[in-house]
Amino acid sequence: MAASGLRALVGVKRVIDYAVKVRVKPDKTGVVTDGVKHSMNPFCEIAVEEAVRLKEKKLVSEVIVVSCGPQQCQETIRTALAMGADRGMHVEIPPKDYENLGPFQVAKILAALAKKEGVNLVLLGKQAIDDDCNQTGQMTAALLDWPQGTFASEVTVDGEHLTVEREIDGGLETVQLKLPAVVTADLRLNEPRYATLPNIMKAKKKKIDVMKASDLGVELTSRVKVLSVEDPPQREAGVKVESVDALVAKLKESGHI
Amino acid sequence: MANPLRNEVVNLYKNLLHLGREYPKGAEYFRAHLKAAFLKNKDVKDPEKIKQLIARGEFVIKELEALYYLRKYRAMKQRYYEDEENKHC
Repeated sequence: MAASGLRALVGVKRVIDYAVKVRVKPDKTGVVTDGVKHSMNPFCEIAVEEAVRLKEKKLVSEVIVVSCGPQQCQETIRTALAMGADRGMHVEIPPKDYENLGPFQVAKILAALAKKEGVNLVLLGKQAIDDDCNQTGQMTAALLDWPQGTFASEVTVDGEHLTVEREIDGGLETVQLKLPAVVTADLRLNEPRYATLPNIMKAKKKKIDVMKASDLGVELTSRVKVLSVEDPPQREAGVKVESVDALVAKLKESGHI
Repeated sequence: MANPLRNEVVNLYKNLLHLGREYPKGAEYFRAHLKAAFLKNKDVKDPEKIKQLIARGEFVIKELEALYYLRKYRAMKQRYYEDEENKHC
């Protein structure tokens, strides 16, 4: 069957851990990342899990994980390998370029890799919890000229097609895509497994290829400039009132009634 | 003479210690409790009893994994799906 020959490319991003309180740099150029705990973007975990499950169902023959970024990204790739991916690819981006690396540049890298590796399914998280862009999957699909199933909450493979249930405003939409295709994972797609210590140890034997963006013929210049990064406005302190009359007076004063 | 189950117990301890690094109350808190729990049973000799205790440890591993998953899921849900939650209230 053709479907058993499916090969999946899964993109993973190393982000500041979801439980960490993010601090903005005093010069407003970004957020503090030094000495801060990082982990795999939760939506990418869901994408990895889905690929591994498809492999366990024998619908996918190989799961390749890729991450773009500095050296430390290899830890994130290892985590994905511990979850069950077959091999990793690390597109090393020097720290200077990494600051300007946006969804467009990553999409170009992913599209180039998808072509190079001859995969027929690209699985990504719907967005990263650090920049919240929600663009990489869509741009990758556009660059490859493949159909896309974004915000997936269920994926089924049947032959040459993929049926994707999508989370849209107010409900679910079911679409059928012809393979090859790009799918981005929403929160309810699955429950990612934990990368256990024995599996992390076993994953050390798996291969990670390291390459540069230029090896793939991808230009990293960005047309987007970050002007300023700022904290969200702080919640103002409330007031305590002594009586109902005082409350009504206060509400009138603030124009609520 | 080394107990044949020794290896299993050591592995269980290592796995739990690894999981404890993410414990909400801190890795140090977890490690202290983990060590105390293992030391409490250090004189157990009966292989059946040891197997039972290992099974209990495996159960704790499952519970911790579930705890971490739920914690993350809830955080994501709160951050990205806030409107939906309010609708159901």
